[in-house]
Amino acid sequence: MPTLREATDKPKRMTGGHRMCAGCAAPVIVRQILYCTDAQLVLGNATGCLEVATSIYPYSAWNVSWIHCAFENAAATLSGVESAYRSLKKQGKIKKDFKFVCFGGDGGTYDIGFQSLSGMLERGHNVLYVCYDNGAYMNTGIQRSSATPRGADTTTSPVGNTLVGKQQARKDLTAIVAAHNIPYAAQASPSHYRDLMNKAQKALAVDGPAFLNVISSCPPGWHHEPELAMELTRKAVETRFWPLFEVENGNWRMTYKPRHPVDLEEWLRPQGRFRHLFHPENQALLEDVKSDVERNWQKILQRCGEA
Amino acid sequence: MAVAVALQKKVAMTGNEAVAQAMRQIEPDVVAAYPITPATDIVQYFSNFVANGQVKTEFVTTESEHSAMSACVGASAAGVRAMTATASNGLALMWEVLYIASGMRLPLVMTVVNRALSSPINIHCDHSDSMGARDAGWIQIYSENTQEAYDNVIQAIRIAQHPKVLLPVMVMLDGFIISHAMENLEILEDGDVKEFIGEYRPERYLLDADHPITIGALDLNDYYFEHKRQQVEGLLQARKVILEVAGDYQRVSGRSYGLFEAYRMEDAEAAIVVMSSTAGTVRTVVDAMRKEGHRIGLIKPRVFRPFPARDLAEVLRGVKAVAVMDRSESMSTAGGPLFTELRSAIYELEPRPLAADYIFGLGGRDIYPEDVCGIFQRLLAAKPGDICSDPMVTYLGVRE
Repeated sequence: MPTLREATDKPKRMTGGHRMCAGCAAPVIVRQILYCTDAQLVLGNATGCLEVATSIYPYSAWNVSWIHCAFENAAATLSGVESAYRSLKKQGKIKKDFKFVCFGGDGGTYDIGFQSLSGMLERGHNVLYVCYDNGAYMNTGIQRSSATPRGADTTTSPVGNTLVGKQQARKDLTAIVAAHNIPYAAQASPSHYRDLMNKAQKALAVDGPAFLNVISSCPPGWHHEPELAMELTRKAVETRFWPLFEVENGNWRMTYKPRHPVDLEEWLRPQGRFRHLFHPENQALLEDVKSDVERNWQKILQRCGEA
Repeated sequence: MAVAVALQKKVAMTGNEAVAQAMRQIEPDVVAAYPITPATDIVQYFSNFVANGQVKTEFVTTESEHSAMSACVGASAAGVRAMTATASNGLALMWEVLYIASGMRLPLVMTVVNRALSSPINIHCDHSDSMGARDAGWIQIYSENTQEAYDNVIQAIRIAQHPKVLLPVMVMLDGFIISHAMENLEILEDGDVKEFIGEYRPERYLLDADHPITIGALDLNDYYFEHKRQQVEGLLQARKVILEVAGDYQRVSGRSYGLFEAYRMEDAEAAIVVMSSTAGTVRTVVDAMRKEGHRIGLIKPRVFRPFPARDLAEVLRGVKAVAVMDRSESMSTAGGPLFTELRSAIYELEPRPLAADYIFGLGGRDIYPEDVCGIFQRLLAAKPGDICSDPMVTYLGVRE
């Protein structure tokens, strides 16, 4: 694996000049992952911020082949691309080796694209699917998704007099993906880039489907200052909100364990979407949010044989 | 002109089997499909060809029709021939991606075995599925029988991939009536089909390592309109290409195809316009009533998209009265989809024929020669100068 320094000297598959927000972690994630391979690439993209902000006709931020079809079918679309490749290989009509990487936000992956993703995984297509999970439908204006944490303020789970933020806990997508018994699934964060790039390299090397769930910050959606992107994704890991683990051929392994776990409040406080949790009347809700995180951590420890 | 016809085999097959055989001979690089009655046989037969090594196709058994069409879009954009088949609700589930396929100018070919749409759920034939997709930017070709279904699927490949067209093509056959009925047909030799469709060489595609491309970009108010206009240009060009391909196909098969079939229309004063298998019933009635001295004829549109408005108007010039038989209801309360388009096409005719719509056969309701006879009798009784018949829309054979 290249060092980060060496990686930045490589040809850029995704150029600058795109229109993602300052402080959005998604383009950082994309670059870190694409640095991990020199292979020919075809990329897929579900509808979402990354798609609209990198492909405004007649411009494109992509120096490799890239396809966007719709919101819920990125995995199915790439299934078709990869099948076309296999067909041409089988017929001896294509010489070069290609890799296939698909990007989707949490809305396009946890929710509307869930079935399409499951189909792609079950059929065993040789595609790496990357979810950049910023915990809501940010592209359409911050609506709750099944990846939104409990209590978060979104435009469809607002803080009202009766209902305070999102009422439900997050869906455990990485575990659901791992239950498809694919060769490789992992959770990562751009703040821990060695860990992320290690995982990307493994994911790109396996024969069959691979999945990376990567936490991504969103200044307008999380209501945070743009310069806090890496700090907040780091704190998500250090507070155990976003455990870093991998599932390789069915074996669960914690790849990073915070030595001195940080109090969850340190991750929640800088984010406007959690501001109300610190009002005295929402004390019980704050406790629920904390216990969601603790329960999830314990569950993963158990799966990794560390409980 | 002497017609050199290639060696052909006479076989007995169901419509679905004939379509599957055409697909085997075409041997697309990718087939992505999902089962749905009455189209399921097509992919079942095809999966046997794959399992037995008769085709090199990558067969993608998707988890829904939406994903089947999405995988076809991916495969086609990647630079290969991709095909699928569906029916009814399956086509409805594909809706969103149908527009994406045509907007991306991808030459996919899909067979649609016409079946009623839910609700109420019904597995039998009508055209509400493909008629609902009539504005999706696909070329639509309807087949009367098993032979036509086979021939249309093969021709669709050439039409779709023509550089002046580059649009997806939908080939229809009537659910159960044709899809499950055994008929005699002639099929070409495998080599002749391969030669007819030729090698597929796309100009731009994802797997072109030296020329990466961006497909499916965000296209805002400064370019979207031009791209949609270009799409219409593909459909405008398709008229000529469909006829050229039909000409080439006739040289191989001996069978002739046009935008529509005009049967005994030369001196007709009344005509019925109807698509697909019901045309066979109407043709029988035309022959019988012609024997009694009635000047009547049949028009069977084959190509519904692009709609051959001017060509149809030309063949209807001088006709006193025309009835359209629609096997779907547009719910506009102003007639079925074939009727509204045909009536619009004959608006400029002088004198303007009387036009009436008959909606029939929804959910597989049978149609009888007596029903057709009744329509002709009404048309023949029309008085000169009548333009709009009363009622404008009749529901044939429905209990009211």
